Amino acid sequence: MSHHTINGHDAHVAHHFDGPQHQFDSGKLGMWTFLAQEILFFSALFVAYIVFRYNHPEVFAYAHKYLDVKYGAINTAVLIFSSLSAAWAVRAAQKNQQKLLIACLLTTILCAFAFLGIKYVEYKHKFHIGTVYGCNFAPSETPNGTKIDWPEAPKGQCRALKASEAKIVVEPPKAADGTPLEPGSPEALKAIAEADKNSTSRYSQLPPPNTSMFFSIYFAMTGLHGIHVLAGIAVFIWLLVRAIKGHFSEAYFGPIDFAALYWHIVDLIWIYLFPLLYLIH
Amino acid sequence: MSSEAATADSVQEPSYIDVKSGFWSWFVTIDHKRIGVMYLIAILTAFLLGGFFALMIRAELLLPGSQLVTAATFNKLFTVHGAIMVFLVIIPGIPAALGNFVVPILLGAPDVAFPRLNLASYYLYLSGALLLILSLFLGGVDTGWTFYTPYSTTTDTAVVPAVAGAFLLGFSSIFTGLNMIVTIHKFKPKGMGWFKMPLSLWGIYATSVIQVLATPVLGLTLLLLFVERIVGIGIFDPALGGDPVLFQHFFWFYSHPAVYIMILPAMAVMSELITVFAKKHIFGYSFIAYSSIGLALLSFLVWGHHMFVSGQSTLANMVFSALTFSVAIPSAIKVFNWIATLYKADIHLDSPMIWALMFILLFAIGGLTGIFLGTLNVDVHLHDTYFVVSHFHYVMMGSALIAFFGALHYWWPKMTGKMYAEKPAIIMSLMVFFSFNLTFMPQFVMGSRGMPRRYFDYDPRFELMHQLSSLGAFILGVTLFCIILNLLISLKTGKKAPANPWGGTTLEWQTSSPPPLYNFPVGQPIPLPELYEYDGLSKDAEDGGWQYKKDAGNEA
Repeated sequence: MSHHTINGHDAHVAHHFDGPQHQFDSGKLGMWTFLAQEILFFSALFVAYIVFRYNHPEVFAYAHKYLDVKYGAINTAVLIFSSLSAAWAVRAAQKNQQKLLIACLLTTILCAFAFLGIKYVEYKHKFHIGTVYGCNFAPSETPNGTKIDWPEAPKGQCRALKASEAKIVVEPPKAADGTPLEPGSPEALKAIAEADKNSTSRYSQLPPPNTSMFFSIYFAMTGLHGIHVLAGIAVFIWLLVRAIKGHFSEAYFGPIDFAALYWHIVDLIWIYLFPLLYLIH
Repeated sequence: MSSEAATADSVQEPSYIDVKSGFWSWFVTIDHKRIGVMYLIAILTAFLLGGFFALMIRAELLLPGSQLVTAATFNKLFTVHGAIMVFLVIIPGIPAALGNFVVPILLGAPDVAFPRLNLASYYLYLSGALLLILSLFLGGVDTGWTFYTPYSTTTDTAVVPAVAGAFLLGFSSIFTGLNMIVTIHKFKPKGMGWFKMPLSLWGIYATSVIQVLATPVLGLTLLLLFVERIVGIGIFDPALGGDPVLFQHFFWFYSHPAVYIMILPAMAVMSELITVFAKKHIFGYSFIAYSSIGLALLSFLVWGHHMFVSGQSTLANMVFSALTFSVAIPSAIKVFNWIATLYKADIHLDSPMIWALMFILLFAIGGLTGIFLGTLNVDVHLHDTYFVVSHFHYVMMGSALIAFFGALHYWWPKMTGKMYAEKPAIIMSLMVFFSFNLTFMPQFVMGSRGMPRRYFDYDPRFELMHQLSSLGAFILGVTLFCIILNLLISLKTGKKAPANPWGGTTLEWQTSSPPPLYNFPVGQPIPLPELYEYDGLSKDAEDGGWQYKKDAGNEA
């Protein structure tokens, strides 16, 4: 038998909970359940990744070279650091360190923006050189930077499917500063020999068929992850506003705890995405 | 303690309906009971709409050739009928409408764990429903409710709003499931362990697990389809190396468990109805409880049986077929336990019990025909015929919706405080049984003889079967409409409902009908009677309901 009480005292405890601990435990279980949902939400994309990589290993081996490991690595570091600051925010709230709490929340938000900024640079470059998903896939260069002449498609037709008409562009030899070299000069012969050596690399060849699929997966996975980062920013800004108003204390820190949990899963998903997309051998 | 305390004292507190009135008091309410009622209104409206489309389909099929609509319109009719009935009616039917109302009361709790999330789920549901309806005005969708690629990525019908709607409905379902899981975990009263919970809570819990773990996969799949339609992401496009069959895998990874989102709550309700109206302790409590969890887990492992003819490997087919057969075990455990409960029991044939008995029969037919379809060589013959249509209607309508109506008749007095007219309710429920079988039995016959599903026209030799089926559907449609009418009429003319009209031992019957705002009188102890023990109950309360005998000295 239980007694029926309706909470009416504590401003931070909703009416239907027995007390702050009951509310915290319920919120925490709710967040874990939500995170289970998140993992399943992403799982389909991971399955798609496995299926396509199994069917087209050559595409993945080739196309990952288009990605810049440097950007991926910096972003990984940024996100891991933001997870640290998010966890630290929880601790600061628990210890009632208001200034530290605000600093940690702010750091998390700034890291999230930095992550998206770097992602923006990467995306922009991909749209610039045409390494994108679906029918718009029409790269103007190979992963090594060799120029490709990818044919235009008439309106309404799929440009990615013009792959069979794409050609490697053989450019006349140039000096380092871009000025054309005298044909037949020793410098020119040397540059041609260098270019020949490079062209034997498979990353100087045309992309294998279905390479657009790598970018479909890449944009789907990183795009969905990016949306989650955006949602995280919104949540942390809301927390920041509440922290500035002094809502949180050792007695009430549930929302920060739950948001940090969410932020860790967003971080964790990226930790899988980074090697799966950038570090293929 | 004395168990009649609740009924005697709760008269002073206004009911959840009377506590506030006006549009806004409902529109922004966070009371789980009001949200449940709002779901119920929306679901019944959607049900009538989906039923209307079903009758259009059956009218078209009265004769071979074009009767009412064009072939293209016919495709849109069965698509919207399926989408409405699955996403707007059956999936939220018991968990979101009735579950929302009763789960906290069954636990003696004042509300669900996250009341505001609960209201948000409702508005997600409404937005999804509106987008789905909007797609009708934008020309309809002709893909079938399954949205199979590559057809859904190439057809010029209104796939985008329909898919966006289904996506929102999915998240409504996820959040409802999440709310239920936390509520059941964290709001059990003292003295109610997991194995002292009413079996309906086990059923709702198992359902919620599937809602939370399966629905996101559908969400992601629909999102990819949406992005494909908008920007051409290419993942399902075979021309670019994409895989349309992957869509089928993703879709059924959700949509097979979704069948259990539909049937587990139905079974949950059954486990209550059977024991209450048999006035006998449920037989095999822990077996029924565990079989719910078993079904929830197995439901994730059988999706491939929808794809036996989609080019799956023979090995995969065999494994999925074997796993499919194993689903029969927990299902049969439940049916046998219900029947064992009825054995030598004091059976009260009130209208909810009629629905419950109908459920057992129809579910047996629906379940056993599933074995035919799970058998590889038979399925190759029966795939995409009316046999499949009939099979899943026996499960989704004959079982899930029948249970929904049983549950609605069971909890209606609690929700509204009114008793409906019992005789018409019984007569019409029997008519549902008759007309349902008249509608779908002929479909088994013509399906096994090769009548393909989703066809607008047919061979004249199927004419008689189609006409029997259409006749049954018309009677069924009119009867179901009258059943809803009967319930609505009770709001005006019905007698006041007693606190415990059926003699139930679960907590919702220990509070007034309709319950007060926080479900039980604030500040008073909540009686927790011995679960499924009917010995102390007799039908002699002043309000015409059941109560515990005063002299029995039953310690609740």
